[in-house]
Amino acid sequence: MLRMFGARLLDAVPTVLLVLTLVFIALRLLPGDPALVVLGDYATQEQLVLFRAQMGLDQPLWWQWFAFIRDMVTLDFGESMISRQPVGALIAENLPYTIELTLAATGIGLILGIPMGVLAAVHRNRWPDRGARVFSLVGYAVPDFYLGALLLIVFALNLGWFPINGGGVAFWDRMYHVALPAITLAMVKTAFIGRLTRAALLETLSRDYVRTARAKGGREPRVIARHALRNALLPITTGLGLSLLATLSGSVAIELIFNRPGIGEVLISAIAKRDYPVIQGGVVVFAFFVVAINLIIDLAYILIDPRLRVQA
Amino acid sequence: MSASIDLAPEAPRISVLRRLFARESPATRIAGAIVLGFITVALLAPWIAPHDPLAQSYLRINTYPSAEHWLGTDQFGRDVFSRLLHGARTSLIFGLLSPAIAAVIGTALGVAAGYFGGLVDRVVSRLIDTLLAFPELLLAIMVAAVLGGGFWNVVMVISVAFVPGFARVARASTLAVKQEPYIEAAVAVGLGTPKIIARHVLPNIAAPIVVLATLWVASAIRLEASLSFLGLGTQPPHPSWGNIIRDGLGNIFGSPWPIIGAGFAITAVVLAFNVLGDALRDLLDPDIT
Repeated sequence: MLRMFGARLLDAVPTVLLVLTLVFIALRLLPGDPALVVLGDYATQEQLVLFRAQMGLDQPLWWQWFAFIRDMVTLDFGESMISRQPVGALIAENLPYTIELTLAATGIGLILGIPMGVLAAVHRNRWPDRGARVFSLVGYAVPDFYLGALLLIVFALNLGWFPINGGGVAFWDRMYHVALPAITLAMVKTAFIGRLTRAALLETLSRDYVRTARAKGGREPRVIARHALRNALLPITTGLGLSLLATLSGSVAIELIFNRPGIGEVLISAIAKRDYPVIQGGVVVFAFFVVAINLIIDLAYILIDPRLRVQA
Repeated sequence: MSASIDLAPEAPRISVLRRLFARESPATRIAGAIVLGFITVALLAPWIAPHDPLAQSYLRINTYPSAEHWLGTDQFGRDVFSRLLHGARTSLIFGLLSPAIAAVIGTALGVAAGYFGGLVDRVVSRLIDTLLAFPELLLAIMVAAVLGGGFWNVVMVISVAFVPGFARVARASTLAVKQEPYIEAAVAVGLGTPKIIARHVLPNIAAPIVVLATLWVASAIRLEASLSFLGLGTQPPHPSWGNIIRDGLGNIFGSPWPIIGAGFAITAVVLAFNVLGDALRDLLDPDIT
C-alpha cells in the first residue's frame, strides 16, 4: 500500500511540472515586453536593461524556465509590484480564510447532501425524490454569486443576522463571519452531492449483495448503511473531490461579495492592478491546490476500496 | 438517387425534435419556451428594448420598478430592463461562440491523439488529463488573470476551459472508430490520411461532440456571467448579466432590482438549457456525462 502511495505521489510530479510550464508559457505569451508593461512607457533604456537583468529576462529561455520552476516549487513568488510586500507572505496571510470557507461549505454540503441523496434513492420516484430533483436542478442553475448577493441582501442587510463583510478575528468571530458565505456555497454543493449520492446508491441497491443482505433478514436501515452506502462511497469520494475544487473556484466570487479576505480576493484585486508577481503567485497556489486535492482523492480511493490495492 | 441520399439525414432530426417535445413532459416544453424566448429577445434586443441600455440620466437614479422602467433604474439612471435584454445578447453570443470554438480545437486535438497514437497521444492525453483536473471556472479565471479582458480574450478564455472536455470525448470516439473495418478498407485502397480523417473519422464522431456542445451552451452562459461578475469578462458599460450583478452589488443600498432581475434571468436560462440538454441526451443516449 505504501508503494502505491509512493507511485501516486511520483505521478503528481510531472503534473506539477506541466502545470507550472503552462503558467510559464502563458506569462511569456503576454503581449508586449514585460519590462515595458511593468515600468510603463516612460522608462529609460537603462531602467529597462536593469529590470531585465533583475528579472532574469536577459537569460536564455531554458534557464528562465528552470529558474521559474525552482522559484515556484520553493514557494518563492517574489514581491508585489505595488505594496512591495513578499507575495508568499500575502498568500500565507489570506490562505487560511479560503481554506476555512472551502472546508465549511463542503462540510455543510456533505451533512445535507448525503442524507438528501439517501432519502431520494430509497423513496425513488416519490415525493422526496422529486423534491430533491427540483432542488438539484435549481441548485445547478443558480449562480453562486447571485445566491450570495441575495442572502447578503436578506440576512445581512435587512435582517442583520450576519455580518456584512470581513473575515473575523478570534475563532467564534471567524465562524460567525464564515457562516453566510459557507451556506451560499453549500447550497450548490448539497445539490451536487445529493444527486451523486442518489445515483451511486441506486446503483448499489440493485446489486446482488444487497438482495442477499435483505434475504438474510437484515433490517433495511442496516442494509442501506452497511451494504449499499458503503459501496457507494467511491463515486461519492470522486464527487467530493470535484465539489472541493468547485468550491475553491466558487470561493473567488464569494470572497468578492462578502468582502472576505482570501486567495480569490488577492488574485482578483491583483488582476485589476496588473500586479504580475501576485497574479503569478495566486495562479500557482490555485494550481498546487488542484493537484493536491486530486492526489488526496486518489489516495483516498486506495484507503476506501481494498480491491484497488490488489489491482495496480 | 442523389436526392434521396441528401434527404435521408433530415428525417431522424425532425423526429428527434418531435419526440423531444411530444413526450408527456411539461418541464421540457416550458424549458423549450424559455430557450426560444431567450434567443428571440437576444436577437431582437436593440428593437424591443424600451430604452437605450447605456443612456444615463441623473434625473432618475435608483428608481423602483414602474410602468416606464419595468425593473427600475440603476445608480447611473440606466434602465435595468433594457440592460437585461441587451445582456441576453451578450450571453447568447458567448454561449454559442465559445463551445463552437472549443469543439473545433478540442476535436482536432482529440482526433490527432486518437488517430495517430504514440507520442502525440501521450503528450495530448497528459495535457488533457492535467487540464481536466481544473474546474472550468478556475481554469478560466487563471487564463483571464494572464490575458486580461476584451471580447476575443473572453471568448478564448471560455473556449480554453472547454477544450479538454471535447478533446477527451473526441479521442475516445476516434479510438473506437479506428477499430472499424471501413477505416481499414480506406487505408487498404490507399486513401490519404487527411481524407480518411475528414471523410470517415469526423462524420462518425460528430454526434457525441454535437451533443456535448449543446450541453455546454448553458455552462458557457454561466461562465461568462461569472467572469463578468468578477470583472474579467464583458467590460462595463456594455451590459452582461454578470456585470449587471457586479454593478448592482456596488449599489446594494440603492436598488436591489438589477441583482434580482439579472440573477433570475441567468437562473431561468441555465435551468432551461439544462432541462433541454438532459432530455436531448436521454433521447439520443450517447455515453457521455
